[in-house]
Amino acid sequence: MAQTKSKKIPLTGDQAVATAMKQIDPDVVAVYPITPQTEIVMYFANYVANGQVSTEMIPVESEHSAMSACVGASAAGARTMTATSANGLALMWEIVYIAASLRLPIIMPVVNRALSGPINIHCDHSDTMGARDSGWIQIYCESGQEAYENTILAVRIAEHKDILLPVMVCQDGFITSHAVEGVQLFEENKVKEFVGEYKPAHPLLDVDNPVTYGPLDLQDYYFEHKRQQSESMKGVLKILPELFKEFEKTFGTKYDFIDTYKLEDADIAVIALSSTAGTSRGVIDELRGQGIKAGLLRPRVFRPFPREKILVALKNIKAVAVLDRAESFSAEGGPLYTEIKAALYDSGIRPLVTNYIYGLGGRDIFPDDIKKAYFDLGVALKNKKVSNPINYLGSRE
Amino acid sequence: MHLAEKKKSWEEIPIGGLILEAGNAKEYKTGGWRTFKPEKNDKKCINCLFCWIYCPDSSIKVEDSKMVGFDYEHCKGCGICASVCPVKCIDMKKE
Amino acid sequence: MGESRVRVIMSMVEVAWHGRGGQGAKTASQFLGEAALDIGKYIQAFPEYGPERAGAPMKAFTRISDEPIYVHSSVRKPDVVIVIDPTLLGGVDVTEGLEDNGVLLVNTEKSPEDIRKIVNFKHGKVGTVDATKIALETLKIPMPNMPMLGAFLKVNTIVSIDEVSEIVKAKFVKKLGEEKTKANIEGIKRAYSELRLG
Repeated sequence: MAQTKSKKIPLTGDQAVATAMKQIDPDVVAVYPITPQTEIVMYFANYVANGQVSTEMIPVESEHSAMSACVGASAAGARTMTATSANGLALMWEIVYIAASLRLPIIMPVVNRALSGPINIHCDHSDTMGARDSGWIQIYCESGQEAYENTILAVRIAEHKDILLPVMVCQDGFITSHAVEGVQLFEENKVKEFVGEYKPAHPLLDVDNPVTYGPLDLQDYYFEHKRQQSESMKGVLKILPELFKEFEKTFGTKYDFIDTYKLEDADIAVIALSSTAGTSRGVIDELRGQGIKAGLLRPRVFRPFPREKILVALKNIKAVAVLDRAESFSAEGGPLYTEIKAALYDSGIRPLVTNYIYGLGGRDIFPDDIKKAYFDLGVALKNKKVSNPINYLGSRE
Repeated sequence: MHLAEKKKSWEEIPIGGLILEAGNAKEYKTGGWRTFKPEKNDKKCINCLFCWIYCPDSSIKVEDSKMVGFDYEHCKGCGICASVCPVKCIDMKKE
Repeated sequence: MGESRVRVIMSMVEVAWHGRGGQGAKTASQFLGEAALDIGKYIQAFPEYGPERAGAPMKAFTRISDEPIYVHSSVRKPDVVIVIDPTLLGGVDVTEGLEDNGVLLVNTEKSPEDIRKIVNFKHGKVGTVDATKIALETLKIPMPNMPMLGAFLKVNTIVSIDEVSEIVKAKFVKKLGEEKTKANIEGIKRAYSELRLG
């Protein structure tokens, strides 16, 4: 383990992300505040005002402008970051796709919040799940600590010469973004060394090598450019392990596409993103104490979808409950559920699979709720069938 | 003419739709689009260069402030030059 | 991370703070957490976010443990409930989730027996202290949150009063100056010794 860790300091998830941004010291941050991401903007604006970073901060008048400014800055050759939540992400939608299509390595911490309406400022994943097909890499974080570390890692992912895709680093609104926990920060010079200097391949400001960004691209070549994006996203699956390894060597934390807890010998498992995975851990310990072989699978990287890793992790599991903090309104369950099922289809692995939509609009999810999901799995296992594939955990009947 | 030019695969083109060669529109030869071709009567031309100003494809050749002819590789035969010429020295002839 | 993590949390203390927006319940919940973090504990401190208006009833939570804390739901069964504003007692069920060995601490001039009757809490422990009076006499402002932290330290030893005093010094001197820092420590100590348990 590298000796780069300091004493833990009390930080909210938002403060942790703002600290990562300070240590990265990006060239440009164009951002508009929105709850529950606001504290990221607040703290970062302080760093700018105090001269602790050399970032050009652009306080724009909307998220559409924020992402537009990011696209311009990134194309110009600047290391560029922004941050948003929910309706802010929705307002930047058009440019979110363009950022990915132009292959601009923009880093965007997203503090997950329900996409209205009725209006709600609390956590669910409807915002980023809506953007799952926008061409951005998506990483979901269990804690402020992870959000801090992944923001740093994201820079290297986005700017990798064989990736060049923007990255969303997601954490749960209020639940981790506004909860104070002990966060272990890395030494600033180590972070700077790790992210290195951004060397853009084709910066607009390189007047000796002029380049055109965003020309009309019709039937003859548009498809090839989309194909490039797909192949690059597939490439992320191959490249990330190198970066995970380098991160571990530098900072000591081991990352992978997925995180598991007591899954290896488990009969039944819950699959959940972000902070809910943490809540599941205690439930697993309790159930294990009763002789029930329960386990957890938490996808950390959702885009690209780490199919192979997930299949290996699930190979001996008999029944799985997929917890979705977003409704897709497909009448076929939530987004994580359908992707897990699709991954299983031609693998030959056939656990019983159920879906639980939960926690919409910040509805708290308690250990007892998760226990219910495990209990249902036990019943399904006994009956050798799932009686009710799509369930709503914590919604009043 | 590049009508039969083989289109490149996704692996052969710059990412993100970037165009890395400045001014590469020149390589796109649009001369084949013409059905009528501009021809100039040198005797009538007063070198006012209206044609040069109006030509949407930069296909009027100018040397030493004098109109010296057309770039037939790119001229699409739109006839704007003939239309704006104050002395009517440009005729549109069938190709 | 991964399979090697220890997650059996036997020694976790969960505290629920009840106050009104602007009375410092969130600050106190965080300060307790920060003090515990400082001596090497694992912590969580978070408010229950609602409409966030000054004067509106609000809750905040502190979790302190010797082991990493992974749970991310709000506190349903607090070990200690701290009521910063006694006028909440009529409208908010402050004893919700408080079990047989639970502790209820209230900022009031009333006796623990009186409070038991008002909230209909028959088991556990009830502690009362006039934290507002202490705040007025020490800090000269009606901010009872730090004295209520002192009351907590009396009934729970996960952090000692000396450790908290040191941390108050370390964190407050630069921001508030010597005098107000001293007043804060004085407030904590007075509530610690003036707490009535019954």
